[in-house]
Amino acid sequence: MATENNVNDLPLPKKNPLSLQIDLSKFEKATDEEKKQQDVMSESTTFFKDGMRKLMKNPLAVGSIIVLILIILMMIVTPHVVPYTYSQIITVDGKRDTGAKNLKPFQYSKMEQAYIAKGGKVFPHVMGTDELSRDYFVRVVYGTRVSFMVGVFASLIVGIIGVLYGSISGYSGGKTDMIMMRIVDIIYSLPDLLVIILLSVVFKETLDFSKVPILQKLGANMVSMFLVFGLLYWVGMARLVRGQILTIKENEYVLAARAIGARPNRIIWHHILPNCISVIIISIALEIPSAIFTESYLSFIGLGVALPMPSLGALASDARSGMQSYPLKLVFPALMIVLIVLAFNLLGDGLRDAFDPKLRK
Amino acid sequence: MASSEYLVEVKDLKEYFPIKTGFFGTTPLKAVDGVSFNIKPGETLGLVGESGCGKTTVGRTLLRLYKPTSGEFYFDGQLVDDKNITDLRRQMQMIFQDPYSSLNPRMTVEDIIGEPLDVHKLYSNRAERREKILHLMELVGLNAEHATRYAHEFSGGQRQRIGIARALAVNPKFIVCDEPVSALDVSIQAQVINMFEDLQEKLGVAYLFIAHDLLVVHHISQRIAVMYLGRIVEIADADELNTHPIHPYTLSLLSAVPIPDPKIAKESKRIILDGDVPSPMHMPTGCPFRTRCRYATEHCAQECPSLTDRGNGHMVACFEK
Ligand SMILES: Nc1ncnc2c1ncn2[C@@H]1O[C@H](COP(=O)(O)OP(=O)(O)OP(=O)(O)O)[C@@H](O)[C@H]1O
Ligand SMILES: [Mg+2]
Repeated sequence: MATENNVNDLPLPKKNPLSLQIDLSKFEKATDEEKKQQDVMSESTTFFKDGMRKLMKNPLAVGSIIVLILIILMMIVTPHVVPYTYSQIITVDGKRDTGAKNLKPFQYSKMEQAYIAKGGKVFPHVMGTDELSRDYFVRVVYGTRVSFMVGVFASLIVGIIGVLYGSISGYSGGKTDMIMMRIVDIIYSLPDLLVIILLSVVFKETLDFSKVPILQKLGANMVSMFLVFGLLYWVGMARLVRGQILTIKENEYVLAARAIGARPNRIIWHHILPNCISVIIISIALEIPSAIFTESYLSFIGLGVALPMPSLGALASDARSGMQSYPLKLVFPALMIVLIVLAFNLLGDGLRDAFDPKLRK
Repeated sequence: MASSEYLVEVKDLKEYFPIKTGFFGTTPLKAVDGVSFNIKPGETLGLVGESGCGKTTVGRTLLRLYKPTSGEFYFDGQLVDDKNITDLRRQMQMIFQDPYSSLNPRMTVEDIIGEPLDVHKLYSNRAERREKILHLMELVGLNAEHATRYAHEFSGGQRQRIGIARALAVNPKFIVCDEPVSALDVSIQAQVINMFEDLQEKLGVAYLFIAHDLLVVHHISQRIAVMYLGRIVEIADADELNTHPIHPYTLSLLSAVPIPDPKIAKESKRIILDGDVPSPMHMPTGCPFRTRCRYATEHCAQECPSLTDRGNGHMVACFEK
């Protein structure tokens, strides 16, 4: 403060006309009002608000959020609006319509045309029908739902296991840390596709969920898929979390908390986790598309969810056989996969840029 | 242990860090190698020494942030151990070297200063908590309106004040100040140091004031200890040390203090030490300073000098001077 006031009294060295030396006589003192403005400008922002503001400025992220919201809305609204179900053969006026096979989008079968002529109402087949006379749009929407669920739950499982394991390993350090990390290294070095295939086959044969109501509804394949993800993919998350905790643990504020007398529990909850939560959320968000992707290819090679329940990968796999005559049937589920995976990836990138710019590679 | 006139009594404190060398072996890094000192209630002991000599480690070991390798620490006549440290942390606190990393960026000022109150349950309701926090903020010269702001919105000097308020929250009798001003601008340093003095007057706390700058330490301390490579080489009253330094290392430190008057500066000779500081993992035998000392003899290489009283509590660890 004091220096500001007598800046003008300082004897300045003679200024060379060519030098870049600052000419203090050209400077004016800030008025009180201007100083006050400075104060107001540095409005207090919380970390979350600041991050959200940055996120909303990113057009790709905003676009992805909109796309994802639309997809979720579609998954919720479709069963209430479209009168078909994913496993049911189309019936017209109470009778099974076996002629409604492989219809093109918005095309009606002969029975349906006759019914419409009589004055009946038939809901259009937005994406046509499949070779068993089932409405394809409903199947794609259900498939999206299944893939979405697998993606979200699998990444949650991965997140939970990874965070617990990683934070225990990172916080305890020493020998515990070393042993825990060697286990991670071993799992990391397994060829994952091979293990997934082996495990899904094993689980398919050995797991019996017929007595557990919720799991039974999902089907053994889907549960084994969660298990596969849970067993294999948490290692990356565990490494990330451990690394984060190791760096945060070195900060003096953690030492300060210990000096105050805070217990490890409090230190982890109040000091360590809040400082790495953004990283964790971002990597869980980025885990979703890769889980959806893996689910899709597993279903594509026949190891995914059980028929007649569709998933996007299973739908694409089914469409393969009739690819020459009905290419659209491959295009719809493939498009859906691309849309979801892309949207999650872009959103994850956006989150990372907004909340943790340091993470950018 | 019978209660004595000292608040803090440290006896032969050692802190060795095991450092991995090779695949299985570890070598001890002797960060603190037998340090003893006493501090009276309400007194300030300055601790100076160059970077890496173990000053921070001494402070942190006192608060048991590191478990001491050996040695004893009596606080208020009570031997500090793992069991009673949690309670004793209500009576001694620490202020950290780096005001940027010592405050959690995800917490508001209110929560940072309130954390010691939360941990030790020092209030009966929210209103009392808030009142205490505002009182502490006022004490260290922070604007009460800033209570809900996050630490990252403050300047270095303000952050250090927040750290001081946090340390004061439990109303301690003893505070370890680990280079609390060395990360600050010179003009702010003076403000903060004056605040330390005011607080001592008001609250009667004792400080272990760590710094690498003799001028700062001389200003605030009643007594000064000079540290070199994990040992204290000289302890004396602040003025006595300034006017009659004995240990060759203290002499060289004092000669490095900038003198404002160029005429006097020209006449006084700077003692420039030759050689580098030896690594604390490979300490020289005998006196740790002998590799850079111009008075070193055979004796210094064989035996390590211990602190001896040269009158009036002026203790020096040197055979030759
Ligand atoms: N946690 C630790 N593990 C291993 N070595 C450490 C640790 N903390 C400090 N050291 C080592 O102990 C020695 C003393 O470090 P310390 O931080 O106490 O020095 P200092 O006097 O505070 O230095 P500065 O003035 O730079 O803060 C250094 O050689 C340092 O590398
Ligand atoms: Mg230090």
